[in-house]
This record gives sequence, C-alpha cells and structure tokens, in this order.
Amino acid sequence: MTQENQGKTSQEMIRLVDIHKEFEGETVLNRINLSIAKNEFVTLLGPSGCGKTTTLRIIGGFEHPTSGDVMFDGQRINDIPAYQRKVNTVFQRYALFPHLNVYENIAFGLHIAKKDSKEIKAKVKASLDLVDMPGFEKRPIRSLSGGQQQRVAIARAVVNEPKVLLLDEPLAALDLKMRKEMQLELKNMQKQLGITFVFVTHDQEEALTMSDTVVVMKGGIIQQIGSPINIYNEPENVFVADFIGESIILEGRFLEDCLVEFAGRTFPCVDKGFIPGQPVDVVIRPEDVDISADPAAAMLQATVTSVVFKGVHYEMLAETDQGQEWMIHSTTMAPPGQIIGMSLKPDNIHLMKKEVQGT
Amino acid sequence: MKAAMKKAYLWLIFIFLYAPILVLVLFSFNTSKSRASWEGFSLKWYIELFQDRAIMTALGNTVLIAVVSALAAAVVGTIAAIGIYNLKGWRKNFIINVTYLPILNPDIVTGISMMILFIALSFPRGLASLIIAHITFGLPYVVISVLPKLAQLDPQIFDAALDLGATPREAYTKVILPQVLPGVFTGFLLAFTMSVDDFVVSFFVTGNGVENLAISIYSMARRGINPKINAVLTLLFAAVVAMMYLIQRRLRKSTADI
Repeated sequence: MTQENQGKTSQEMIRLVDIHKEFEGETVLNRINLSIAKNEFVTLLGPSGCGKTTTLRIIGGFEHPTSGDVMFDGQRINDIPAYQRKVNTVFQRYALFPHLNVYENIAFGLHIAKKDSKEIKAKVKASLDLVDMPGFEKRPIRSLSGGQQQRVAIARAVVNEPKVLLLDEPLAALDLKMRKEMQLELKNMQKQLGITFVFVTHDQEEALTMSDTVVVMKGGIIQQIGSPINIYNEPENVFVADFIGESIILEGRFLEDCLVEFAGRTFPCVDKGFIPGQPVDVVIRPEDVDISADPAAAMLQATVTSVVFKGVHYEMLAETDQGQEWMIHSTTMAPPGQIIGMSLKPDNIHLMKKEVQGT
Repeated sequence: MKAAMKKAYLWLIFIFLYAPILVLVLFSFNTSKSRASWEGFSLKWYIELFQDRAIMTALGNTVLIAVVSALAAAVVGTIAAIGIYNLKGWRKNFIINVTYLPILNPDIVTGISMMILFIALSFPRGLASLIIAHITFGLPYVVISVLPKLAQLDPQIFDAALDLGATPREAYTKVILPQVLPGVFTGFLLAFTMSVDDFVVSFFVTGNGVENLAISIYSMARRGINPKINAVLTLLFAAVVAMMYLIQRRLRKSTADI
C-alpha cells in the first residue's frame, strides 16, 4: 500500500481518506486512501469483487462510505448528493434513455441545468463531433449499435463539462478491435478535454495502455498504486505480479543483501533488507529469462516441454531437473525435448515478502 | 377428418360462449316486446333507452365512477408500484402478494367488508363511497401492469439521471415515468373496465338511491325484462369489447417492443 501519490506536486482533484464500506456486515472496501490529481488518467484495476466499482460509485455519490471522507477539489463532499456533484459517469451498459433520441439524451443534463437552447444546440453538436458521430441527432437509441451507444454515453457525460469523468468498465461490451480503437480515442479525448478520468476495468492490458496511474485492488484493499511501468516492473507483491502480465513465481530464501537462493542454487540479485534466512517469493517475468543452446555455461538447465507460437514471441514451458516449470517468452525457439540453459540478470529477479495465506 | 372434428369442437365452444350474447344483441333490435320471436328490425328500444331518465342517470354515474376511480387508481397504483419495485427481499414478495389478494378475493367478500367498514366509520354511502370502493379494487390492476415495466428498465437508468443533475423527483418524472407510461395506461384501462363491469361491490357500498348501470339494470330486471335492457346490455357489451381490444393492442405493442 504505497502512498507515493501523496508526494505529487500537481494539484489534487479527489482524495479518498480512510474509506471503509460495508454491505450488510460484509466489508467491501477496507481503508482506501487514494489521491487523484487534476488531469490525471487513473485506472482502478482488479478482479471482480475487488471493490473497484464501489470505489467509483462512492466518488459519483451513488454509494455512501460507512466511514471515511471523500474530498473533491479541497472540499468534503460526503453529504453532497450525486446530482449536485461536478462529476459525470459513463455507465457499464451505457444506461441511455430509450424514450429519448440521441440529441435529447445528450441534452438531458444541459436541460436540467436550464441552459438556453442555442447554447444546448451548439454543445450537443460539439460533443457529437468529439465522439465522431456528427449528424446522429435525430436517431432513436434503439437503432444504434453497441459501439455507437457507447459513444453517445460518452458524449452525454462530457457535454456537461465535468471536472472528473468516471468510467465504469465502459469497453467491456465491445469486441476486441473496437475496444482497442476506443482505448486510444478515450486517451486522446482525455488529453483534449483536459479533465480527470477515473476508469474502472478488470483488463490489465487496458489499464497499462491508457493510464497515467494504475491502482491495483483486491478484496477491498489497494495493493499498489503506481505508473504502468512501475506496476509492471516493480510489482509490490505476488498478487500484483501475477495479475499484471505473466510471471514465474518460485519459493526462495534470502541469504544476504543481493544474494538469494532458489531453484537449487544461489543467484545474485539487487534486493536488500530482508532478514537473512527469511523465506521469500521470487518473481521473474517470462521475457526476462535468457536462454542459450549451451546449457553447461548457463545458470540453470531445463528441458523444453512445450512451445506455442504467439506472433511476436514463442511461449515455451521448460522443466528444471528439480521439477519446477518455468514459462519463457523468447524470440528464439527451442524444440520440445531439447535441453536449454537459462540465465537471469540480477535486476530481473524480484524478491517479495511471502504472502500471508488467506489475504 | 380429425382436423374437421377439431374445428367443429372449437366452433361448439364459441357457440356455447357467444350464442347467449348474440341472442341478446339480436333481440335488442327486435320490433316487438317478445323475446321468443323475431318480428323485424327496429331501433325503438335504443330510442326509448335514451329517453329513460333513470337509466341515463345510472349510465352517467357509471362513467363518472369509472373515470374518476381509474384515474385515481392509476396515480396511486403507479406510485405504489415504484415503492414496491424499490423494496428488497421478503418485504417485496410480501407486498406483491398482498397487492394481488384483492384480485382473487371474491367480490361478495370485498363488497360486504367495505360496506361494514363504511358503516363502522359512519361514512355516508353514495357516490363517494362507490368511488373509494372502485379505487380499491382497481388499484391492483395498475400495480400489476406497471411492475413488469419497471422490471424491464435498465437498473442504472435512475443513477444516470441523477448523474446528469436531475433531482430524484426529476429522475422519476422525466426518465422513469415516460418509460412505464404504457403500463400505467394499460392499468388504467383494466381498472376502468372492472369499474364499469362491477355490480356486487357497488350494490353493497352504495346508498342514498345512487345507482350505477349494473344496479339499475338489476332492479329493472326484477320488475320484468324489458327489451330496453337488451339495448343497454348490448351497448355495455360493445363498450367492453372496445376496451378489451384497446388493452390487447397495447399489450401486443408492448411485448413487440421487447
């Protein structure tokens, strides 16, 4: 649970302070502390049931924390109802109003705010241009495809010029190609509008692609907060390492600073500060394993058991003589049955405190 | 052969169901007072009917009671349906079942219990008590028409309205209500039809000589069947058929929408 965000110099937009949330006696959010800066693209990432959507709904005002404070632009907004908050939401299944057409849907918020009709017309048009759907004003909602409904939902939210846009798994219902397109478009849109985006997803690739900051959650607890590069390269625990990308996770023992034992031998590493003799989890990314055709010169020997071609690289499984299975991503291929040598650079070995079971 | 038998069976059922009504309609156009022999076409019973002050007053009462009670039931029933929709767990099921009860309850029980209630409260029996009673038994029809419409809504749609700055009241009037309106209208038509049709409950809760059409026909029939009754009943039947047609068309339309 790093609090590295607290040191940021950029202006703070949202701060969650010690948020605790229970549903019928069950804790769904546990001591959530999170700071979101102006113009930041923050993604709440985690498996279903991790509390990411509840966190988003608390910011939107649709749920109320059992304890803790929600700060918005320096003010405590716990008691401000959803309809008075300066945030807008893109809902998971869009939640468009089927009895209204595209224009009326987008204009809804402006009508409620009693803007004059000329202004409404201009803003609706501008927002339709923004989501690349000019001329769709008169179309009924039912006649739109999923992707088009998604765009209308975005337009309906941003037309109100919110300070923060909340997005609740907005791309989950789209097909892969459309999802990739929308990821880029949303990122561009965020830069163009210059507002804060809080994005919820369970898709780690989506999170890494779009975000300035990723907040990894599990079981109502924030596991790690950091930039995509930081989260990927320096996972703080085994859960994050396993959830973000592929990982080899091995049991090991910390010997002394910069020296660790696992897979039946000692390896130089860069981690310090564990107690000598302490059991640790060793996390290695499959693409960080260097393989060679000269097993004798390598740190470890293993037999290739399977090879799958993945496009850019081969995904191989290799079994060490100790019976451990290693996943390797490499651009060179070794056929099944071949004995290969495996080596690791010290900074590619990540040591983590052993997870206490059951958390 | 088998198909022909099936068809014959079907027609037999239709004859069994509709022959009495057909005879009634036919004899409402009969020239003579006889109910046994056809002596030529005439509209004289209809003309007499419209000149009969008692029947016309009763007709006026029926329409007034039906319109007022169905409107009130539509408003109260829609609000009740929204309340029920927002309940959770056993409370929801309990209230739904309690709401259905008056539909299954025999009219005679409803009628007499309401009469006793009005007497106990010393509530004057007449037009007002009739309207209250009709609202009561019309209400469940509105609730059961509106509830499925609410269930069809995207559950996030209310949040979406709040998100766009609508107060909860605005969210109901501008977003929820327009989408359940077809259900409200269907419920209104059902309540209206039930009200026009009702005799038993009305008979017990009325007083001070206030009669609706059903009561007035009943007392006429006791004095001997006059062909005017045939004419009234034919009109009533036509009105109910028209209402049923409207309701069916609405139901078909709303299921086609899904």
